[in-house]
Amino acid sequence: MITFESLHIAGLDEAELTHWIEAAWVHARGARGAWQFEEVDVARIRLIHTLRHEMDISEPAMPVVLSLLDQLYELRRNAARLNAALADLPPALRAAILEKLGA
Amino acid sequence: MAEDPYKILGVKKEASADEIRSAYRKLAKKHHPDLNPGNKQAEESFKAISGAYDLLSDTEKRGKFDRGEIDASGAERAPQQSWRQYAEAGPGERYAYSTGGTGGADFEDLFANIFNQRPRGPAKGHDRHYSLEVSFLEAVSGATRRITLPDGGTLDVKIPPGTEAGDLLRLRGKGDAGMNGGPVGDALIEVHVAAHKFYRRVGRNIHMDVPVSLKEAVLGSKITIPTPAGEVAMTLRPGTETGTEMRLRGRGVPAHGKHAAGDLHVKLNVVVDPADEKLKAFLETWEQPGFNPREGLK
Repeated sequence: MITFESLHIAGLDEAELTHWIEAAWVHARGARGAWQFEEVDVARIRLIHTLRHEMDISEPAMPVVLSLLDQLYELRRNAARLNAALADLPPALRAAILEKLGA
Repeated sequence: MAEDPYKILGVKKEASADEIRSAYRKLAKKHHPDLNPGNKQAEESFKAISGAYDLLSDTEKRGKFDRGEIDASGAERAPQQSWRQYAEAGPGERYAYSTGGTGGADFEDLFANIFNQRPRGPAKGHDRHYSLEVSFLEAVSGATRRITLPDGGTLDVKIPPGTEAGDLLRLRGKGDAGMNGGPVGDALIEVHVAAHKFYRRVGRNIHMDVPVSLKEAVLGSKITIPTPAGEVAMTLRPGTETGTEMRLRGRGVPAHGKHAAGDLHVKLNVVVDPADEKLKAFLETWEQPGFNPREGLK
Protein backbone atom coordinates (compact mmCIF):
# COMPACT_ATOMS: atom_id res chain seq x y z
CA MET A 1 0.00 0.00 0.00
CA ILE A 2 1.20 3.45 -0.88
CA THR A 3 0.44 6.58 1.13
CA PHE A 4 0.27 10.17 -0.03
CA GLU A 5 3.66 10.85 1.51
CA SER A 6 5.35 8.18 -0.57
CA LEU A 7 3.81 9.25 -3.88
CA HIS A 8 6.63 11.68 -4.77
CA ILE A 9 4.79 13.41 -7.57
CA ALA A 10 6.19 16.90 -8.01
CA GLY A 11 3.60 19.64 -7.55
CA LEU A 12 0.83 17.30 -6.35
CA ASP A 13 -1.40 18.97 -3.81
CA GLU A 14 -3.16 16.83 -1.20
CA ALA A 15 -6.33 18.93 -1.29
CA GLU A 16 -6.50 18.55 -5.06
CA LEU A 17 -5.95 14.79 -4.82
CA THR A 18 -8.75 14.59 -2.25
CA HIS A 19 -10.98 16.33 -4.74
CA TRP A 20 -10.08 13.75 -7.43
CA ILE A 21 -10.84 10.91 -5.04
CA GLU A 22 -14.19 12.45 -4.14
CA ALA A 23 -14.99 12.83 -7.83
CA ALA A 24 -14.13 9.09 -8.21
CA TRP A 25 -11.39 9.87 -10.74
CA VAL A 26 -9.02 8.06 -8.42
CA HIS A 27 -9.82 5.12 -6.19
CA ALA A 28 -8.28 4.98 -2.75
CA ARG A 29 -8.69 3.03 0.43
CA GLY A 30 -8.75 4.41 3.91
CA ALA A 31 -10.10 7.62 5.34
CA ARG A 32 -9.56 11.18 4.21
CA GLY A 33 -6.06 12.28 5.12
CA ALA A 34 -4.89 8.66 5.43
CA TRP A 35 -5.41 7.43 1.88
CA GLN A 36 -3.87 4.21 0.75
CA PHE A 37 -3.17 3.54 -2.89
CA GLU A 38 -2.29 0.61 -5.08
CA GLU A 39 0.27 0.92 -7.85
CA VAL A 40 -2.45 1.28 -10.45
CA ASP A 41 -3.89 4.20 -8.47
CA VAL A 42 -0.51 5.91 -8.43
CA ALA A 43 -0.31 5.60 -12.21
CA ARG A 44 -3.83 7.02 -12.39
CA ILE A 45 -2.84 9.98 -10.19
CA ARG A 46 0.17 10.63 -12.44
CA LEU A 47 -2.06 10.50 -15.50
CA ILE A 48 -4.57 12.97 -14.08
CA HIS A 49 -1.75 15.20 -12.85
CA THR A 50 -0.22 15.19 -16.31
CA LEU A 51 -3.53 15.94 -17.96
CA ARG A 52 -4.38 18.76 -15.57
CA HIS A 53 -1.01 20.46 -15.16
CA GLU A 54 1.23 19.47 -18.05
CA MET A 55 -1.44 19.55 -20.72
CA ASP A 56 -3.51 22.21 -18.99
CA ILE A 57 -6.79 20.38 -19.48
CA SER A 58 -9.43 22.23 -17.48
CA GLU A 59 -11.23 20.59 -14.61
CA PRO A 60 -14.69 20.71 -16.27
CA ALA A 61 -13.25 18.86 -19.28
CA MET A 62 -11.69 16.11 -17.16
CA PRO A 63 -14.74 13.82 -16.80
CA VAL A 64 -15.07 13.71 -20.57
CA VAL A 65 -11.39 12.99 -21.07
CA LEU A 66 -11.27 10.29 -18.39
CA SER A 67 -14.46 8.66 -19.59
CA LEU A 68 -13.17 8.47 -23.15
CA LEU A 69 -9.81 7.16 -21.99
CA ASP A 70 -11.42 4.51 -19.78
CA GLN A 71 -13.57 3.39 -22.68
CA LEU A 72 -10.54 3.27 -24.95
CA TYR A 73 -8.61 1.08 -22.52
CA GLU A 74 -11.58 -1.15 -21.89
CA LEU A 75 -11.84 -1.74 -25.62
CA ARG A 76 -8.15 -2.52 -25.74
CA ARG A 77 -8.40 -4.96 -22.85
CA ASN A 78 -11.31 -6.68 -24.58
CA ALA A 79 -9.44 -6.73 -27.87
CA ALA A 80 -6.53 -8.37 -26.05
CA ARG A 81 -8.88 -10.98 -24.55
CA LEU A 82 -10.36 -11.64 -27.96
CA ASN A 83 -6.87 -11.91 -29.36
CA ALA A 84 -5.92 -14.46 -26.69
CA ALA A 85 -9.11 -16.43 -27.37
CA LEU A 86 -8.34 -16.46 -31.10
CA ALA A 87 -4.83 -17.67 -30.43
CA ASP A 88 -6.29 -20.71 -28.68
CA LEU A 89 -8.48 -21.74 -31.62
CA PRO A 90 -7.54 -24.49 -34.07
CA PRO A 91 -5.45 -23.05 -36.93
CA ALA A 92 -8.14 -23.67 -39.57
CA LEU A 93 -10.75 -21.77 -37.59
CA ARG A 94 -8.29 -18.94 -36.91
CA ALA A 95 -7.47 -18.72 -40.60
CA ALA A 96 -11.17 -18.52 -41.48
CA ILE A 97 -11.68 -15.67 -39.02
CA LEU A 98 -8.61 -13.82 -40.25
CA GLU A 99 -9.87 -14.20 -43.78
CA LYS A 100 -13.22 -12.67 -42.78
CA LEU A 101 -11.36 -9.80 -41.20
CA GLY A 102 -9.41 -9.30 -44.42
CA ALA A 103 -6.13 -9.79 -42.60
CA MET B 1 23.70 13.67 -31.14
CA ALA B 2 19.98 14.10 -30.67
CA GLU B 3 17.90 16.44 -32.76
CA ASP B 4 17.72 20.14 -31.99
CA PRO B 5 15.20 20.56 -29.10
CA TYR B 6 13.99 23.86 -30.54
CA LYS B 7 13.10 22.09 -33.76
CA ILE B 8 11.39 19.27 -31.90
CA LEU B 9 9.11 21.72 -30.08
CA GLY B 10 8.79 23.90 -33.19
CA VAL B 11 9.89 27.12 -31.48
CA LYS B 12 12.48 29.79 -32.29
CA LYS B 13 15.80 30.03 -30.41
CA GLU B 14 14.67 33.22 -28.72
CA ALA B 15 11.27 31.79 -27.68
CA SER B 16 10.04 32.76 -24.23
CA ALA B 17 9.45 30.22 -21.47
CA ASP B 18 5.70 30.63 -21.98
CA GLU B 19 6.00 29.95 -25.72
CA ILE B 20 8.03 26.81 -25.02
CA ARG B 21 5.50 25.64 -22.43
CA SER B 22 2.61 26.27 -24.78
CA ALA B 23 4.36 24.46 -27.63
CA TYR B 24 5.06 21.50 -25.37
CA ARG B 25 1.46 21.32 -24.17
CA LYS B 26 0.15 21.30 -27.68
CA LEU B 27 2.49 18.48 -28.70
CA ALA B 28 2.00 16.50 -25.50
CA LYS B 29 -1.78 16.49 -25.95
CA LYS B 30 -1.28 14.98 -29.36
CA HIS B 31 1.55 12.55 -28.68
CA HIS B 32 1.28 11.48 -25.03
CA PRO B 33 1.51 7.66 -25.07
CA ASP B 34 -1.27 7.28 -22.50
CA LEU B 35 -3.55 8.99 -25.00
CA ASN B 36 -2.18 6.87 -27.86
CA PRO B 37 -1.92 3.32 -26.49
CA GLY B 38 -0.31 0.87 -28.84
CA ASN B 39 1.07 3.61 -31.05
CA LYS B 40 4.86 3.17 -31.10
CA GLN B 41 5.31 6.27 -33.23
CA ALA B 42 3.55 8.46 -30.67
CA GLU B 43 5.67 6.98 -27.91
CA GLU B 44 8.90 7.81 -29.75
CA SER B 45 7.69 11.30 -30.61
CA PHE B 46 6.68 11.96 -27.03
CA LYS B 47 10.07 10.82 -25.75
CA ALA B 48 11.76 13.41 -27.94
CA ILE B 49 9.20 16.10 -27.07
CA SER B 50 9.45 15.60 -23.31
CA GLY B 51 13.26 15.40 -23.54
CA ALA B 52 13.36 18.67 -25.44
CA TYR B 53 10.96 20.28 -23.00
CA ASP B 54 12.93 19.10 -19.96
CA LEU B 55 16.00 20.74 -21.44
CA LEU B 56 14.43 24.00 -22.57
CA SER B 57 12.13 24.51 -19.58
CA ASP B 58 15.12 24.52 -17.25
CA THR B 59 16.73 27.96 -17.55
CA GLU B 60 20.13 26.74 -16.46
CA LYS B 61 20.22 23.74 -18.81
CA ARG B 62 18.82 25.82 -21.67
CA GLY B 63 21.62 28.39 -21.18
CA LYS B 64 24.27 25.67 -21.18
CA PHE B 65 22.78 24.13 -24.33
CA ASP B 66 22.59 27.53 -26.06
CA ARG B 67 26.27 28.18 -25.24
CA GLY B 68 27.17 24.75 -26.58
CA GLU B 69 28.33 23.42 -23.21
CA ILE B 70 25.98 20.44 -23.36
CA ASP B 71 24.21 18.72 -26.21
CA ALA B 72 20.66 17.47 -26.40
CA SER B 73 21.54 13.84 -25.87
CA GLY B 74 20.67 12.14 -22.63
CA ALA B 75 17.88 14.58 -22.13
CA GLU B 76 15.24 11.89 -22.17
CA ARG B 77 12.96 11.79 -19.21
CA ALA B 78 13.39 8.84 -16.89
CA PRO B 79 10.63 6.35 -17.61
CA GLN B 80 7.85 6.09 -15.05
CA GLN B 81 5.20 3.47 -14.60
CA SER B 82 2.77 4.85 -17.12
CA TRP B 83 -0.99 4.66 -16.96
CA ARG B 84 -1.21 2.58 -20.09
CA GLN B 85 0.94 -0.20 -18.64
CA TYR B 86 -1.70 -0.73 -15.95
CA ALA B 87 -4.75 0.12 -17.99
CA GLU B 88 -3.91 -2.33 -20.79
CA ALA B 89 -3.81 -5.24 -18.38
CA GLY B 90 -5.76 -6.70 -15.47
CA PRO B 91 -5.15 -3.89 -12.93
CA GLY B 92 -6.89 -1.50 -15.30
CA GLU B 93 -10.17 -3.28 -14.51
CA ARG B 94 -10.17 -1.18 -11.35
CA TYR B 95 -11.06 1.79 -13.53
CA ALA B 96 -13.19 -0.11 -16.01
CA TYR B 97 -15.71 2.15 -17.67
CA SER B 98 -18.70 -0.15 -17.94
CA THR B 99 -18.65 -1.68 -14.49
CA GLY B 100 -17.61 1.28 -12.41
CA GLY B 101 -14.41 -0.39 -11.31
CA THR B 102 -15.83 -3.57 -9.84
CA GLY B 103 -13.82 -5.65 -12.31
CA GLY B 104 -14.86 -7.71 -15.29
CA ALA B 105 -15.34 -5.95 -18.59
CA ASP B 106 -18.64 -5.87 -20.39
CA PHE B 107 -17.63 -8.17 -23.19
CA GLU B 108 -21.13 -8.92 -24.42
CA ASP B 109 -21.82 -5.27 -25.04
CA LEU B 110 -18.74 -4.87 -27.17
CA PHE B 111 -19.34 -7.91 -29.32
CA ALA B 112 -23.11 -7.66 -29.34
CA ASN B 113 -23.28 -8.93 -32.88
CA ILE B 114 -21.53 -12.18 -32.12
CA PHE B 115 -23.51 -12.81 -28.98
CA ASN B 116 -26.82 -12.00 -30.64
CA GLN B 117 -26.15 -14.48 -33.39
CA ARG B 118 -25.47 -17.19 -30.89
CA PRO B 119 -28.81 -18.87 -30.34
CA ARG B 120 -29.99 -18.50 -26.79
CA GLY B 121 -32.70 -21.16 -26.85
CA PRO B 122 -32.69 -24.67 -28.25
CA ALA B 123 -31.72 -24.75 -31.89
CA LYS B 124 -31.57 -27.53 -34.41
CA GLY B 125 -28.08 -28.66 -35.32
CA HIS B 126 -26.68 -27.85 -38.73
CA ASP B 127 -27.35 -30.19 -41.65
CA ARG B 128 -24.39 -31.97 -43.14
CA HIS B 129 -24.09 -32.30 -46.88
CA TYR B 130 -22.74 -35.35 -48.66
CA SER B 131 -22.65 -36.55 -52.21
CA LEU B 132 -23.00 -40.18 -53.28
CA GLU B 133 -22.60 -41.85 -56.66
CA VAL B 134 -24.75 -44.93 -57.22
CA SER B 135 -25.02 -47.28 -60.16
CA PHE B 136 -27.91 -47.05 -62.61
CA LEU B 137 -29.57 -50.19 -61.28
CA GLU B 138 -29.15 -49.18 -57.65
CA ALA B 139 -31.02 -45.97 -58.45
CA VAL B 140 -33.75 -47.85 -60.33
CA SER B 141 -34.35 -50.72 -57.94
CA GLY B 142 -33.19 -49.19 -54.67
CA ALA B 143 -30.28 -50.28 -52.50
CA THR B 144 -28.55 -49.62 -49.23
CA ARG B 145 -25.13 -48.04 -49.42
CA ARG B 146 -22.71 -47.39 -46.58
CA ILE B 147 -20.78 -44.17 -46.80
CA THR B 148 -17.71 -43.31 -44.80
CA LEU B 149 -17.83 -39.92 -43.15
CA PRO B 150 -14.90 -37.52 -42.94
CA ASP B 151 -14.63 -38.23 -39.21
CA GLY B 152 -14.23 -41.96 -39.86
CA GLY B 153 -17.79 -42.91 -38.92
CA THR B 154 -20.17 -44.59 -41.33
CA LEU B 155 -23.69 -43.89 -42.43
CA ASP B 156 -26.06 -46.42 -44.02
CA VAL B 157 -27.96 -44.70 -46.78
CA LYS B 158 -31.14 -46.31 -48.03
CA ILE B 159 -31.58 -45.44 -51.68
CA PRO B 160 -35.28 -45.84 -52.48
CA PRO B 161 -36.37 -47.40 -55.80
CA GLY B 162 -36.83 -44.83 -58.54
CA THR B 163 -34.18 -42.45 -57.23
CA GLU B 164 -33.16 -39.97 -59.89
CA ALA B 165 -29.92 -38.09 -60.43
CA GLY B 166 -29.87 -34.93 -58.32
CA ASP B 167 -32.32 -36.28 -55.74
CA LEU B 168 -31.59 -35.15 -52.21
CA LEU B 169 -31.93 -37.85 -49.57
CA ARG B 170 -32.52 -36.60 -46.04
CA LEU B 171 -31.38 -38.75 -43.13
CA ARG B 172 -33.00 -37.24 -40.09
CA GLY B 173 -30.84 -36.85 -37.02
CA LYS B 174 -27.58 -37.63 -38.81
CA GLY B 175 -26.27 -34.07 -38.92
CA ASP B 176 -24.60 -31.91 -36.29
CA ALA B 177 -25.69 -32.03 -32.69
CA GLY B 178 -28.40 -29.60 -31.65
CA MET B 179 -27.61 -26.53 -29.54
CA ASN B 180 -28.98 -26.00 -26.05
CA GLY B 181 -31.05 -29.15 -26.19
CA GLY B 182 -32.32 -28.62 -29.74
CA PRO B 183 -32.80 -31.51 -32.16
CA VAL B 184 -29.93 -32.99 -34.12
CA GLY B 185 -29.52 -31.77 -37.71
CA ASP B 186 -29.98 -33.95 -40.78
CA ALA B 187 -27.62 -35.49 -43.27
CA LEU B 188 -28.46 -34.39 -46.81
CA ILE B 189 -27.15 -36.69 -49.52
CA GLU B 190 -27.13 -35.61 -53.12
CA VAL B 191 -27.34 -38.63 -55.39
CA HIS B 192 -25.39 -38.91 -58.62
CA VAL B 193 -26.29 -41.77 -60.94
CA ALA B 194 -23.69 -43.42 -63.16
CA ALA B 195 -24.57 -44.07 -66.81
CA HIS B 196 -25.49 -47.65 -67.79
CA LYS B 197 -24.05 -49.69 -70.64
CA PHE B 198 -27.41 -50.18 -72.37
CA TYR B 199 -30.22 -48.75 -70.26
CA ARG B 200 -31.33 -45.14 -70.53
CA ARG B 201 -33.71 -43.59 -68.05
CA VAL B 202 -36.58 -41.39 -69.15
CA GLY B 203 -38.54 -40.57 -66.02
CA ARG B 204 -40.04 -43.81 -64.79
CA ASN B 205 -39.49 -45.56 -68.13
CA ILE B 206 -36.34 -47.25 -69.29
CA HIS B 207 -35.19 -47.40 -72.89
CA MET B 208 -32.86 -49.93 -74.44
CA ASP B 209 -31.74 -51.14 -77.87
CA VAL B 210 -31.91 -54.89 -78.49
CA PRO B 211 -29.99 -56.39 -81.40
CA VAL B 212 -31.76 -59.25 -83.30
CA SER B 213 -30.49 -61.41 -86.11
CA LEU B 214 -31.85 -61.25 -89.63
CA LYS B 215 -33.37 -64.70 -89.21
CA GLU B 216 -35.07 -63.77 -85.92
CA ALA B 217 -36.50 -60.67 -87.55
CA VAL B 218 -37.70 -62.27 -90.79
CA LEU B 219 -38.96 -65.57 -89.47
CA GLY B 220 -40.02 -64.45 -86.03
CA SER B 221 -38.75 -65.95 -82.77
CA LYS B 222 -38.72 -65.93 -79.03
CA ILE B 223 -35.82 -63.99 -77.55
CA THR B 224 -34.72 -63.38 -74.00
CA ILE B 225 -33.83 -59.87 -72.92
CA PRO B 226 -32.39 -58.60 -69.64
CA THR B 227 -34.60 -56.21 -67.73
CA PRO B 228 -33.66 -54.49 -64.47
CA ALA B 229 -35.81 -57.05 -62.64
CA GLY B 230 -34.39 -60.10 -64.45
CA GLU B 231 -34.65 -61.81 -67.79
CA VAL B 232 -37.89 -61.71 -69.73
CA ALA B 233 -38.89 -63.70 -72.82
CA MET B 234 -40.24 -61.69 -75.71
CA THR B 235 -41.90 -62.89 -78.90
CA LEU B 236 -40.88 -61.35 -82.23
CA ARG B 237 -43.54 -61.60 -84.90
CA PRO B 238 -42.32 -62.84 -88.26
CA GLY B 239 -41.34 -59.91 -90.48
CA THR B 240 -40.22 -57.59 -87.75
CA GLU B 241 -38.48 -54.51 -89.13
CA THR B 242 -35.32 -53.04 -87.70
CA GLY B 243 -36.15 -50.01 -85.55
CA THR B 244 -39.38 -51.55 -84.32
CA GLU B 245 -40.21 -50.34 -80.83
CA MET B 246 -41.91 -52.58 -78.34
CA ARG B 247 -43.09 -51.79 -74.85
CA LEU B 248 -42.84 -54.15 -71.93
CA ARG B 249 -45.42 -52.85 -69.51
CA GLY B 250 -44.32 -52.56 -65.89
CA ARG B 251 -40.73 -53.57 -66.67
CA GLY B 252 -39.24 -50.10 -66.18
CA VAL B 253 -38.67 -48.47 -62.79
CA PRO B 254 -40.54 -50.60 -60.25
CA ALA B 255 -43.56 -49.19 -58.46
CA HIS B 256 -42.61 -47.12 -55.43
CA GLY B 257 -44.66 -44.93 -53.16
CA LYS B 258 -47.51 -43.41 -55.09
CA HIS B 259 -45.85 -44.10 -58.41
CA ALA B 260 -46.90 -47.00 -60.60
CA ALA B 261 -44.21 -49.04 -62.28
CA GLY B 262 -42.72 -47.61 -65.50
CA ASP B 263 -42.31 -49.44 -68.80
CA LEU B 264 -39.35 -50.84 -70.62
CA HIS B 265 -39.12 -49.52 -74.16
CA VAL B 266 -37.25 -51.89 -76.43
CA LYS B 267 -36.00 -50.85 -79.86
CA LEU B 268 -35.05 -53.72 -82.11
CA ASN B 269 -31.98 -53.43 -84.31
CA VAL B 270 -31.50 -56.06 -86.97
CA VAL B 271 -27.85 -57.04 -87.11
CA VAL B 272 -26.44 -58.72 -90.21
CA ASP B 273 -23.16 -60.60 -90.18
CA PRO B 274 -21.61 -59.41 -93.50
CA ALA B 275 -18.93 -62.10 -93.28
CA ASP B 276 -21.46 -64.92 -93.39
CA GLU B 277 -20.53 -66.98 -96.48
CA LYS B 278 -23.86 -68.81 -96.74
CA LEU B 279 -25.75 -65.56 -96.61
CA LYS B 280 -23.47 -64.14 -99.26
CA ALA B 281 -24.05 -67.11 -101.53
CA PHE B 282 -27.79 -66.86 -101.07
CA LEU B 283 -27.92 -63.12 -101.69
CA GLU B 284 -25.97 -63.47 -104.95
CA THR B 285 -28.83 -65.48 -106.39
CA TRP B 286 -31.53 -63.40 -104.70
CA GLU B 287 -33.52 -60.71 -106.53
CA GLN B 288 -36.23 -58.38 -105.22
CA PRO B 289 -38.00 -57.08 -108.30
CA GLY B 290 -39.88 -53.86 -107.67
CA PHE B 291 -38.55 -53.41 -104.15
CA ASN B 292 -36.85 -50.10 -103.48
CA PRO B 293 -35.76 -49.63 -99.85
CA ARG B 294 -35.32 -45.87 -100.51
CA GLU B 295 -38.81 -45.44 -101.83
CA GLY B 296 -39.57 -43.06 -98.99
CA LEU B 297 -36.60 -40.81 -99.87
CA LYS B 298 -38.05 -39.85 -103.28
